[in-house]
Amino acid sequence: MSIKLEQVNYVYSPDTAYEIHALKNVSLEIGDGQFIGLIGHTGSGKSTLVQHLNGLMKATSGHIYFHGEDIYAPGYDMRKLRSRVGLVFQYPEHQLFEVDVLSDVCFGPKNQGLSKEEAQERAKAALRMAGLSEKFYRQSPFELSGGQKRRAAIAGVLAMEPEVLILDEPTAGLDPRGRDEILDQIQKLHREKGITIVLVSHSMEDVAKYVERIIVMNQGEVMYHDTPREVFRHYRELEAVGLAAPEVTYLMHALKEKGFRVDADATTVEEARDTILAALGKGNP
Amino acid sequence: MIRDITLGQYYPADSILHKLDPRVKLVTTLVFLTALFLVSSWWGYLAATLFLAWVIRLSKVPFKFMIRGLKAIIMILMITVVFNLFLTPGERVLVQFWKLQITDTGLRTAAFMAVRLIYLIIGSSVMTLTTTPNDLTDGMERLLSPLKKLRVPVHEISMMMSIALRFIPILMEETDKIMKAQMARGADFEHGNLMQKARNLVPLLVPLFISAFQRAHDLAMAMEARCYRGGEGRTKMKPLAYQRRDYAAYGAAVCFLAVIIAVRVVV
Amino acid sequence: MERTGQPGEMLRAEELVYEYHRYDEEGRETEATRAVDNVSLHVEKGEFVAILGHNGSGKSTLAKHINAILTPTGGTVWVGGKDTGKEENLWEIRQSAGMVFQNPDNQIIGTVVEEDVGFGPENMGVPTKEIWERVEESLKAVDMLKYRHHSPNKLSGGQKQRVAIAGVVAMHPQCIVLDEPTAMLDPNGRREVIRAVRALNQVEEITVILITHYMEEVIHADRVFVMDSGRVVMEGTPREIFSRVEELKSYRLDVPQATLLAWELKKAGVNLPDGILSREELVEALCQLS
Repeated sequence: MSIKLEQVNYVYSPDTAYEIHALKNVSLEIGDGQFIGLIGHTGSGKSTLVQHLNGLMKATSGHIYFHGEDIYAPGYDMRKLRSRVGLVFQYPEHQLFEVDVLSDVCFGPKNQGLSKEEAQERAKAALRMAGLSEKFYRQSPFELSGGQKRRAAIAGVLAMEPEVLILDEPTAGLDPRGRDEILDQIQKLHREKGITIVLVSHSMEDVAKYVERIIVMNQGEVMYHDTPREVFRHYRELEAVGLAAPEVTYLMHALKEKGFRVDADATTVEEARDTILAALGKGNP
Repeated sequence: MIRDITLGQYYPADSILHKLDPRVKLVTTLVFLTALFLVSSWWGYLAATLFLAWVIRLSKVPFKFMIRGLKAIIMILMITVVFNLFLTPGERVLVQFWKLQITDTGLRTAAFMAVRLIYLIIGSSVMTLTTTPNDLTDGMERLLSPLKKLRVPVHEISMMMSIALRFIPILMEETDKIMKAQMARGADFEHGNLMQKARNLVPLLVPLFISAFQRAHDLAMAMEARCYRGGEGRTKMKPLAYQRRDYAAYGAAVCFLAVIIAVRVVV
Repeated sequence: MERTGQPGEMLRAEELVYEYHRYDEEGRETEATRAVDNVSLHVEKGEFVAILGHNGSGKSTLAKHINAILTPTGGTVWVGGKDTGKEENLWEIRQSAGMVFQNPDNQIIGTVVEEDVGFGPENMGVPTKEIWERVEESLKAVDMLKYRHHSPNKLSGGQKQRVAIAGVVAMHPQCIVLDEPTAMLDPNGRREVIRAVRALNQVEEITVILITHYMEEVIHADRVFVMDSGRVVMEGTPREIFSRVEELKSYRLDVPQATLLAWELKKAGVNLPDGILSREELVEALCQLS
């Protein structure tokens, strides 16, 4: 188990009128090499949760273990934790600051204490992983397009070679193709490098398409933690808390009600196509 | 942290102070601040304390908001107190160790200075907590409008101030976010000597400036799109007009100033 | 070129071109980019028009011409019959074609909701009493009246955008241009904003020009334009546009899941009609098959 949370609570501005119990007794385990989707409406505690995973926020009570070690134990190296659990914030391109892309990506590895050469090696590898071609290395990050900036910023975290990569809405503001490209790249990282991925997303369609397990947060609590099929089976409960299921889920349920013998738990367009074709007697193509 | 700065943070409530004309509040605050510098005795401070307490009560703003602004100046406050305490020569030496000594005058000056600074901040906080920044700048614009004849761009200045006030909380939040994002990349804002610390701020300041410029650009465009073209020909949604309560407030301010002057003369 | 506006016409662009120029230190031109390339289109009063396109397709540049924030480097744009290139038409055009931008934080000027909504009318020199009436009715139109005394900083993204829309509505425009108003919002915020925009179009009969890359948002539009590299490459009703899935994909766009699924089924040999827009339509079409 790479990350384990035990009864984690977090309270913003305790003992004031603005007190908010942002995390309530959160216990969960994130296994090595998993691809996890974290969903919840704005203010459900998901951003607070991910900032706990790399020690940027400290729980008011409870324990967090990384590879079995208590990260709140005295003497635990928080900076090292942050390089092993990489966190890509929302709109990460807002953190770019260096004169060129390569130097910016080197910032993380340099902070880890690597030499300039090592840092550059890492940075180049990270930029390749993020899908940014060599011609951009010496360009100012501020001259890139929105999608390219985003890749450069993600590379900035990848260059630290994290074992776990958390991305807070990495596709916000991108156009459909840009979104698909980033998500495909993340999936590739997961498959080829075995990096554990936690993807925070508002798009149920994206989550259904890419992740293996879903954590649903609601009012600071973990509401579900299961496979997409299982989670989206509760689409009515999800709606009650301001979330939804992928469009396909609703469609399959509607078809089932009309008497089609389809698998109502299909969550992606491909699954839906196959089960509808089967129900129509056209067989699996 | 940085969010504790309350100056420029309006606290909505339904009080007579909230309803007062911003010009009155500006003038009264100015009177209060001036009066503080006229105070030279404990009796004067008693009068100032009573006045301030009365106003705070009227404002219906919880007291803890008033003192929140103090956190921002705690360092200045300490330095002032320490300097006055140890460096003021006086007749009677109360405590002495090594080359430092505390005299009775020093103690008195330090205490006076501390109270004065605290009241300065609380006094201005009362104004900013009960007045929306827009009202404040409106008031300032009207008070300073005679300067227009001297070609001082009064409207532009007040518009700039009101925009600055609106964006302070947004930029604070942004600072917080960028700081965390860089910390996630291993940045260290806490350790090292002064030079290193200053250098470590670059990854924070560059993105912050870029974002501020971007926001300024967007905002200018949004303002133009909404037909903004300077103060010329503009009407006011909330034009300023004195009510009876405003004259009463001016009266109260004059009375307060009179009391402070009287105390200074008599004591 | 002078032109008297036809009674039903809100917007007309003819051979519109907009070029960005870059210069080096000596003032020599190094680069010219055509952000808008020979675009001709027209929008009738009361229409709901959507402009789709990926980031960098020129759709935002086009939008800024409608409000005369940018003026053409070639061709002409008329808003309500007025040429945007003429300086003397500027303020009339900005009043009749209001604009809502992408970032909700960067377009709210007031520190209290109602003060922000009053900003436009103040600039136009509307009398005080009428400003208050306009503010009230505009906030009501976007269902934000109960937040009138709130600070914008405490609102959600969707609420902030609705305040921005109210700020434009208070200027009594004939037309509202929304430049990716939902790009920074969560799904709930997006729904709120689109609902408010549709209500303005249907109830207040304001012409709406919605620029977006979220396909679900254009389903209710009367007409859709698709832009790519500065040109209008597709034009039609949502149904016509969404029946051309491959073409949309080639312009870096996608279609709503129901449309995509219908298209996939059709490819696999299921006999479905073209351009299915919603899951209800798809369910019905499938029911008719069996």
